[in-house]
Amino acid sequence: MSYWRAILLVAGKDLRIELRSREQAVTLLFFALLVLVVFNFAFDFTVIDFVTLGPGVLWVAFMFSGVLALNRSFQNEREQDRIQGILLAPIDRSAFYLGKVAATTLFMAAVEAVLVPIAVVLFNFKFNGRIVLAILALVLNTVGFAAVGTLFSGMTTRTRRGDLLLPLLLFPAAVPIALSAVKTTSHLFAGHPLSRYASWLAMSAAYDLIFLAAAVLLIDHVLEE
Amino acid sequence: MPEPVDARMRTGRSGFVEQGLWVAVAVLVPVCLHQIFQVVPTEGKMGVVQRIFYFHVPSAFAGFLGVGLCALCSALYLWKRDRRYDLVAHASAEIAVVFFTIVLLTGPIWARPVWGVWWTGEVRLTSTLVLWLMYAGYLILRRNAENPEQEARWGAVLGIVGALDLPIIYKSVEWWRGLHPKVLKVSGGQGLDPAMERGLMLCSLTFILLFALLLVLRCRAGALEDDLAALTRHAARRGAGAEPA
Repeated sequence: MSYWRAILLVAGKDLRIELRSREQAVTLLFFALLVLVVFNFAFDFTVIDFVTLGPGVLWVAFMFSGVLALNRSFQNEREQDRIQGILLAPIDRSAFYLGKVAATTLFMAAVEAVLVPIAVVLFNFKFNGRIVLAILALVLNTVGFAAVGTLFSGMTTRTRRGDLLLPLLLFPAAVPIALSAVKTTSHLFAGHPLSRYASWLAMSAAYDLIFLAAAVLLIDHVLEE
Repeated sequence: MPEPVDARMRTGRSGFVEQGLWVAVAVLVPVCLHQIFQVVPTEGKMGVVQRIFYFHVPSAFAGFLGVGLCALCSALYLWKRDRRYDLVAHASAEIAVVFFTIVLLTGPIWARPVWGVWWTGEVRLTSTLVLWLMYAGYLILRRNAENPEQEARWGAVLGIVGALDLPIIYKSVEWWRGLHPKVLKVSGGQGLDPAMERGLMLCSLTFILLFALLLVLRCRAGALEDDLAALTRHAARRGAGAEPA
């Protein structure tokens, strides 16, 4: 079996489970929505410009719901030791990891795709930035978050306090992603030219590549039983 | 098959390195204090509070040494799977967290009178805080592992990921904000008064030796913990298993 096919199979498995149960997407979406609503109460957006605060609010919602998704990422495998089956399967463990990253990225992207229009309505914001670049920024930063998050959740889900541990490890490590995401989104919302934030996009891309590569090299040590 | 526990009981005594470091640190710390409070000149603009610099900067040096050593030994552990590398990596991370705690405490004490604020979003402050959080997380993760072997593997993975992340964190925070005094020539400052530079060098040397001493002590403590665990297992097996002849 080719490497790519293994990745697709693992990601497809997770998506199929999700499509049949529809547990996670709905929960994640409502959680992210609640974060937005809480911020809507916490700050008076008739006074504060959404361009100033909105990117931070959005990314807090994305990352909090992302951590929930990542905490669940290995749950199916951990239950009843199903992970043994995956580890015995004739596929590379890094393919298993990349499949997981792909699935988590898709879950997070689905939440983002629904949440952004809701935020536009909720905060009376007129989005006049470039859609393609906005999607690129969302994808680059989501992949980076999911890449490091999946590597860490491979460790934390084994522990008793895993769901507490993951954010503890992930948020400091994901600081570059958080900064890049918020800055890029503010520039996009403000309608600035690409040259103002191209370096942030490049940083996110570099972060993705560095940590995907590092995780592919390290994942054997994480998943070893 | 009982483990040959007796052959491993060699960690109870301090070695020459440890004793030498004890002596060096015991001599150098009073010398440093004398330098800091009696010898080095008082900085013109900042006044006497600037003397905290001789604790702040050497602690940062020692902290970075710990982070670097942790990453190096993490990589070596994954490669060789030798428990000793893991002991060093764990000890370095622990001591690095201690030294960075000193950095984060002395920084605001200095910043309040000089910058007028306890804390700002400045690049080194913010990235040091993130670094501290990350290595505190490293220590917490290790405590939550199921067994020593898993703990070592996870620690090593996190040690490597953390070291890769540091330059990116620094760069990203730098782009995000930019107000830390750059006094050392290497970082673009105008350089220090020679007496101040001597004081800084001496304090840095002392802190690095202190780091080494703590490292040696912590590694020996770690090895003793291993021995104790092995003995406990051994005793449990003897108690539970068939009566030895």
